Formats: sequence, C-alpha cells, structure tokens
Amino acid sequence: MSYKVTLCDYGVGNLLSVRRALEAVGAEVDQTGDPRRVAEADRLVVPGVGAFGACVETLIAHGLRDSVCAFAQSGRPLLGICVGMQMLLDSSEEFGVYEGLKIVPGSVQRIPVTRADGTPHRIPQIGWRGIWPAPEGPDWSETILAGTQPGTAFYFVHSYTAWPSDPAHRIADTDYGGRRIAAVIGKPPLYGCQFHPEKSGPAGLALLERFLSL
Amino acid sequence: MKNLRIIARLDIKGPNLIKGVHLEGLRKLGDPNEYALRYYREGADELLYMDIVASLYGRNSLTDIIRRTAENIFIPLTVGGGVRSIADVETLLKAGADKVAINTQATRTPELIGDVARRFGSQCMVVSIEAKRQGEGRWEAFVDNGREHTGYDVVEWARHAADLGAGEVLLTSVDREGTRNGLDVELARAVAGAVAVPVILSGGFGKPQDLVTAVTEGMADAIGIADALHYRRYSLAELRATARANDIAVREPLRAD
Repeated sequence: MSYKVTLCDYGVGNLLSVRRALEAVGAEVDQTGDPRRVAEADRLVVPGVGAFGACVETLIAHGLRDSVCAFAQSGRPLLGICVGMQMLLDSSEEFGVYEGLKIVPGSVQRIPVTRADGTPHRIPQIGWRGIWPAPEGPDWSETILAGTQPGTAFYFVHSYTAWPSDPAHRIADTDYGGRRIAAVIGKPPLYGCQFHPEKSGPAGLALLERFLSL
Repeated sequence: MKNLRIIARLDIKGPNLIKGVHLEGLRKLGDPNEYALRYYREGADELLYMDIVASLYGRNSLTDIIRRTAENIFIPLTVGGGVRSIADVETLLKAGADKVAINTQATRTPELIGDVARRFGSQCMVVSIEAKRQGEGRWEAFVDNGREHTGYDVVEWARHAADLGAGEVLLTSVDREGTRNGLDVELARAVAGAVAVPVILSGGFGKPQDLVTAVTEGMADAIGIADALHYRRYSLAELRATARANDIAVREPLRAD
C-alpha cells in the first residue's frame, strides 16, 4: 500500500534525504512548491534548515505561508522538521524577531549557552539524544510517537529551541546539559519534531512510517 | 554526563575505500558502500567520507558512492575532499551528503565558509583541519593530506573559521593518523577551548580507552575512527560499552534491518 505525502519545497535546504526516507517507508512523495498542491495535500511535511527568519521569508516569497496555514486548519496530518517545526510557533528571536505560522502558540528561543550547572556547553547541539514524555504532554499512544520507546535516540542539530506556551502541546522532551529541550510538539494531527527523523536511522524511519498511517 | 558521537571515517580513492599512514602510503580495502552499510547496521552515529586525492587533482569522484550510500543509509553523512565552491557543495548535497568538510579552499578563500553557511546553513559547513604538531602546544594547519604548509596556527584558524560560520571543526592529526598510537588529545583540548562549536577528533585511534581520554581530557564532542573499524579490531558495540562504563553517553541504536 502506498501513502501519498506532499513535501513542501520552498527552496530551502536539501530535501533529498527527507524524500528518500519517506520513500523508504512506502510513501509516494509529491515534492512541490505549488501553493495549491500544498493546501490540498493528503499529508504535508514541512522541512526547514538554517535561520528561522530566512525560512519564513522564503516560505512567504513562494506564496506558501497561507497554503501551509490553510492546510493546518484542515485537520489533515502535518509534520514540521527542525526549523519546519519551529515555524509552527508564533515567533522566533533568531537574528531579530520574526513571526512564525502561529499554528502552535509559543516562541523559539536560543538554547542557553550554559548547562543547568552554569558550565558552558556546545552550541549548536549536534548529536543523538534520547526523548522522553513531556511532563504535562499527551500520552504517546495517542500521538505520532505511538510505538516509540521512551529513551529512543534521535539525531538533533540546532541552536534554537521551541517553547510552546501550553505545556499540553509539548509531546516529547530531550535533555541538553540538564536543560529541557522540546523534541516533539504539536496538536495532533499537527506535529513538529526538532530532530531529523530522516537522519535518525530505524527510529526515525519508524516515526515517518507512523506519520504516513495517521 | 558528557555525550560522544562515534563517526566511522572512510577515506576514499576513486571507487575504493583505502587506508594509509599519516595520510599517505595507501592500501585498498574494498567497496566503501559495503563498509558504510555495516557501520550503519552496527549503529555508527554518522559517516564521514573523505576523498583523499580530490584536492590534489581538483576533482571529486565521490558523487556516485554518495548516491548509493544515501539510498539505504539514514544517518548523517559528511563528505570532504576537493570541495572548492558553492557549486561543489550543491553537487554533493544533491547526491545525498548532509554536510561538507572543507579544508584547502577554506584556507585559500576563507569567505567560502560564510558563503556555504549562509546558503546551506552552518550545520552543513564543517571546517576540516589537518594538524601537524610544531613543538609544545602548537600545531600548524596543513592541506593536501599533510603535504602543504598554510602557515596558519590550528587554534587561531579554528576560531576564525567558527567566527566565519563553520558549524563544526573536524581535526585530523597528521602525526597520529594511521599509527594507532592514540588520538591527539592535547590538540582537541586546545581547539575545543577556543571554539563554541562541536569538535570532531580524528587520527590515531588505537584502543577503546582512547575515546575516553578524547572526551574527558580532550573535551572532544565526536571522534572519527577508520582502521579500527575497517579491520574489525573493535566493534561499535564494544566502543559504546567502554564509553558507558566511563560515564560517557552514547546512543543505543535500534536494529537497522
């Protein structure tokens, strides 16, 4: 059985690995920058890489902002990846203050330059980190993480982190230097993951496969 | 607890995986894709392909190998060797690389670092530095597999490259490379103390305890391992077990097949 998924291509970053990973779990991928096809997708993946402001501005320049927002209203499944996840929020403070898509209330802030104990740590955070249920988040069995074991590691690379204002929109967290970092956020069936499922080996592929079955 | 990424490093010449000593005296080992798939299945955190003759001949022969790798391997792939321009970066990314490692051209036109970071994001821009020790606590950056001087001090150059937008620093100790005499922990420590971005230490991995000192004394965030894996002297599972026994966090991979 083949699932159709639309990969929102607004000219930012390298979509090849996302497309290949989706195809590896059985998706029929429509990679497009056409606002109509994005708005009418069965399922939508919004990737993103680099700076938040540049991503949002490029999305707007391609006439895709309204399409993604309209899609989000439709009740069909959406997955934002990395900056694509951060764009779901209201705003970001990366290189100035930029408005996001306002799909999930909250903001994007720089990862503190120190660990919780005050010693410096690396920015960007690059590497594999285990994810865990967020304290006030939904039960994973009702989400895209159904079937994922708490503690499963995914590949992160980022300097900024999402802060949903409603803790119920935080689905999974990871720990970076003793600080809680949002790993998966959303309002089912709208999701965003800070890590890169397409680069997270079998764990990432399993998550993408579940996205296709939502 | 400190985290460590274990990166399988594959030096490539033409269609072959090769291994040398001090980046020279090369020996063919076989098809890089077979090795890459084994490392993916065993839970390597990332793969690093270095086309070790590309700089010398001004070309990059890696795209076919990358394309095959990206078909069935879903972990980050960094590619270096002969990357001279934005167009080269684009070619490698389109083939399936996630990051590029740039050495020679970055030393010649450092603005390339900022250009790549702005165009593709700094997570994509790894500055690769071949370091040769020049006396106590001093290293000089070399290019073309440790043959050509640049006159740059490694620590100063790493700091400058990070300021220009490099998202990671890949340090290769030319003195240790291929010797199995242990990683240059002092080198990593000097650079890790000078930059905020992650530091990958490569060259000379001999025994599992080396990864412990790389993290605890060298403050390295990742290590690149080549022949210890190629010759099956240690498995990735053994290396992870040593890390955990020393309170270093490494990931527990799911089965890849």
